[in-house]
Amino acid sequence: MLYIFCPHCGLRSQNEFAYGGDGSVKRPTLNKEVSDKEWDNFVYNRKSPRGKHVELWHHISGCRQWIKVQRDTVTHEIFKTVSADKEI
Amino acid sequence: MSQTYRLNNSGQINRDKKISFKFNGKKYFGYEGDTLASALLANGIHLVGRSFKYHRPRGFFGAGVDEPYAIVQMVRNKETEPNVRATEQELFEGLEAKSVNCWPSVNFDIGAINNFFNKFLPAGFYYKTFMWPKSFWYRIYEPFIRKAAGFGVASTKYDSERYEHKYEYCDLLIAGSGPAGLSGAYAAAKNGASVILAEEKPRFGGSLLTSEVNIGNQSGKDWAEKIIAELKEMPNVTVKNRSQVFGYYDHNMLVMSEKVSDHLPKTKKFSPKQRLWYIRAKEVLISSGSIERPIVFGNNDTPGVVLASAAKEYLKVYGVLVGKKPLIFTNNDSAYETAIEFKKNGIDPIILDSRNAPNSEIIEEAKNLGIHIKFSYVVVVANGYKKVKSAQIAQISPDKKNLGKIEKINCDCICVSGFWTPTIHLSSQSGNKTKFDEKIDAFVPGKSKQNETTVGSANGIFNLEETISTSFEKGYQLSKKITNNDNKVSVPQVSEKKFTNHDKFWCVPLPNKKNFKRFLDFQNDVTVSDIELALREGYRSIEHVKRYTTLGMATDQGKTSNLNGLQLVSDVENKVVPSVGHTTFRPPYTPVSIGAIVGREIGKHSKPTRKSPMHSWHEKNNAVFVDAGMWLRPRYYKKANEGLFEASKREAANVRKNVGVCDVTTLGKIDIKGPDAAEFLNRVYTNAWLKLPVGKARYGVMLREDGIVMDDGTTTRISENHYHMTTTTAQAANVLSHLEYYLQLVWPELNVNVVSTTEQWAGAAIAGPKSRRLLQKLFPNKDLSNEGLPFMGYSDGDLFGVPTRIFRISFSGELAYELNVQSDFGNFMWEKIIELGNEFGIQPYGTEALSTLRIEMGHVAGSELDGRTIPYDNGLDGLISRKKDFIGKRSLNREAFIAKSRQKVVGVVPLDKKTSIPEGSHLVKDASAKLPNPKLGHISASCWSVEYNNPFSLAIVKDGKNMIGKKLYALSPLKNKSIPVEIVSSHYVDPKGERVRS
Repeated sequence: MLYIFCPHCGLRSQNEFAYGGDGSVKRPTLNKEVSDKEWDNFVYNRKSPRGKHVELWHHISGCRQWIKVQRDTVTHEIFKTVSADKEI
Repeated sequence: MSQTYRLNNSGQINRDKKISFKFNGKKYFGYEGDTLASALLANGIHLVGRSFKYHRPRGFFGAGVDEPYAIVQMVRNKETEPNVRATEQELFEGLEAKSVNCWPSVNFDIGAINNFFNKFLPAGFYYKTFMWPKSFWYRIYEPFIRKAAGFGVASTKYDSERYEHKYEYCDLLIAGSGPAGLSGAYAAAKNGASVILAEEKPRFGGSLLTSEVNIGNQSGKDWAEKIIAELKEMPNVTVKNRSQVFGYYDHNMLVMSEKVSDHLPKTKKFSPKQRLWYIRAKEVLISSGSIERPIVFGNNDTPGVVLASAAKEYLKVYGVLVGKKPLIFTNNDSAYETAIEFKKNGIDPIILDSRNAPNSEIIEEAKNLGIHIKFSYVVVVANGYKKVKSAQIAQISPDKKNLGKIEKINCDCICVSGFWTPTIHLSSQSGNKTKFDEKIDAFVPGKSKQNETTVGSANGIFNLEETISTSFEKGYQLSKKITNNDNKVSVPQVSEKKFTNHDKFWCVPLPNKKNFKRFLDFQNDVTVSDIELALREGYRSIEHVKRYTTLGMATDQGKTSNLNGLQLVSDVENKVVPSVGHTTFRPPYTPVSIGAIVGREIGKHSKPTRKSPMHSWHEKNNAVFVDAGMWLRPRYYKKANEGLFEASKREAANVRKNVGVCDVTTLGKIDIKGPDAAEFLNRVYTNAWLKLPVGKARYGVMLREDGIVMDDGTTTRISENHYHMTTTTAQAANVLSHLEYYLQLVWPELNVNVVSTTEQWAGAAIAGPKSRRLLQKLFPNKDLSNEGLPFMGYSDGDLFGVPTRIFRISFSGELAYELNVQSDFGNFMWEKIIELGNEFGIQPYGTEALSTLRIEMGHVAGSELDGRTIPYDNGLDGLISRKKDFIGKRSLNREAFIAKSRQKVVGVVPLDKKTSIPEGSHLVKDASAKLPNPKLGHISASCWSVEYNNPFSLAIVKDGKNMIGKKLYALSPLKNKSIPVEIVSSHYVDPKGERVRS
């Protein structure tokens, strides 16, 4: 079970969190023309890298904040976690 | 029966407490402190089971967790449990155990015939035999294999025992309480670290319980007792016996199973049988010790062949002789301790040492005691079927390839020692890449991956002085790193006998023209020739050899066999062991009860049960409940002999005719506040929200980004910057997470806060033509006319002193209202509604009637918003705003979503107006078409229309728009039904929606 540092609460066990997928995805701005490709990349296409990965976790059984976590998908090492408003 | 193999004055058992137990129906005696194994051996019982494949007699091989043979079926307090190792099971009064894998009895086992057909059971026989003829598989081969395979029988009853989970945090977790673990724990505890010390056995001390050493001017055993006593007194230390750390997981999470009550006749009240500990440790000290490995020789599986260390443990801990004419067969010094122990107890052992005249302190001691030692001698084969009767021995050439003349020697047990294998399971599970240590012919931990440090013989150190000094140092260093304290305790003086080198010899060659079975894996019956065959057949990777031959795949996970298997592969392949590599160590280290893994999350405790504040009223009024997510909701209220069908019809008809009340507390409720709340809702919902006035509710649909409908519900503007959102019961949690995601990550500039208020409000829906008259009684001073509170209107109310939110919204399609009060007043509200509603013929209605009402109105719900449909499919395309952007809008112009033949919700009526259509039925053109019959759609929801008194269903059908009026068939192969149906509009009742506005 992972041990995830929540920037708001401290170190907490994985079972307090829900996984939220790729944290580097940016939603296209509202009311803007978006090409099919751009939209597909936002909705469907993910990289799923082997190694470092920035991902979202939602502290659902804690502070209910979405946080960004940089994790190694092979070793599960967590390098860094930041609050939703910051970039990794 | 008397305990003829029990010594009079040795051992660490309590001779004042005699214990009776039963094995295979026969009564025996042992003492408190015995294991089932030691008690049976004391009674001279060596035959305890039959082997997996050949059904050969099986006795005891070890004295603990490594035991491959002595697996029994336990009966404890009327519960039966398979796969219990007799070497670990402590004796208690009334214990009952049975042999496994034998029929009709362990003494006469029909399956032993396999032994003579062994030519048909070679490596990989599963893949080779039982193949032809094909028809034999189901009827003959499979039932036979199923009967033959496995150890013991799992209970089919509900396990009445209690298992618990515990979460713990500590600075330092220490796995194993031998000399290394005790030293590390003591040094760290004295330096202020919080320590958990775990020992798998009932007794602490590990090898110190059986070794002749001196630590700090006292015997090793006394020193261990002193340290444990001191540790137990320290507030920063938790000391746990009968506790196996069996898994090392990510981020220094270790799991330990504590056998709290397995050693007792019955679990005590308020105590669990077992407890599973989830331990998050800052540092882990692995002091798991080592396991003796056997030397391979002919018929080395005969009962009476035991590990030398086990024989010593039975002597020193339990005062039990494994035999009275022991033969010790070794390639190293440690087995000499066993021989000396026999000698001291008046038994004359003979030592066969594969080495050529080695010299050391302990060998000298053995010689001085007059023990008969034969150097350069080996056991070629053990004689005897159910017990060792004698052995054929021979001199071996220095290159270990040729045997001299075979001699016969009488003996009743063979104590074998092929040196020691470090227990590196936990280290390896942590991610540590192990390395091969040539000096000890075994793998040891390499560079640490997580915060783990391995010490003592688990790290390949077999010298006590070095073990103790390095473990003290590690305990000190690790604790200093965590606590910053600097209290270093002094390391005690150690004196021990120095050992000389072991012989790199592990397998006795076969004599000419003899083909004895030489076992590598004792539990899965894997022999040297099986591995050789697998290699001849082309298996190379050790992982493949393992799976093909099942070497090391039994419940003991090859604790005594893996390394010899690797040696064999490396010999045959002419490779060195490290290049063969070892198979992966995976948790658990030893089998763990399923009950312990499940813990308390079983039955109704597997999830929380949510109940509305009106739950007890429902109970008192004969509600039959249904699970709605975690909620319990009344499905219908039973009157007299009614079933579901009659009751729900009555309840629904009463709503259409008079007035009904339904508990809608379970709907998700989200409080939304902030100056940008309107803008936020406008982005979340597909329809327009900027102009919703205060005091008005609006129905909204929200999508996922891929255009699929996520949820629907009404949201009400309570005041300028305050909204009350409702979601479906099922999606409440997802919608909240969804909203938080957009507010925190996508549009953080919006000044909006959301919070769940589902639990804070109790809700009641009052529906039916007489609902306004009832509402007027509830709120006599309020203008509730169609003008005063119009459809989709909202108002505050005062319900006899209780502040109430009144919404004029309808799910049933009738004139209807929903009342919300603080949860504490939910029951008050409900009782008032019933009390004042009596004169209007009010009846409570459950979810079944609720479904009937919405289905015949054509209102979509969860069965249509099933995560696969878009607004168009559900007839919700009128709610799609063209003027603004919202979540998921861009996806709606995908090719498939705008296709002309797009699926749509329609109504379905059986032509005979009698036959109910099962939900899930497929709609097809031709009921008797060849399979696969093209599917046009499926029935999503079915009810009995109370308006028209005939069955009515909703369906999602391809090209639904043009299907109205078509005649199709609804097929339900599950219910064996084929029903001719007509497709109609989904709005079966009141298609213009006049009632809700009346």
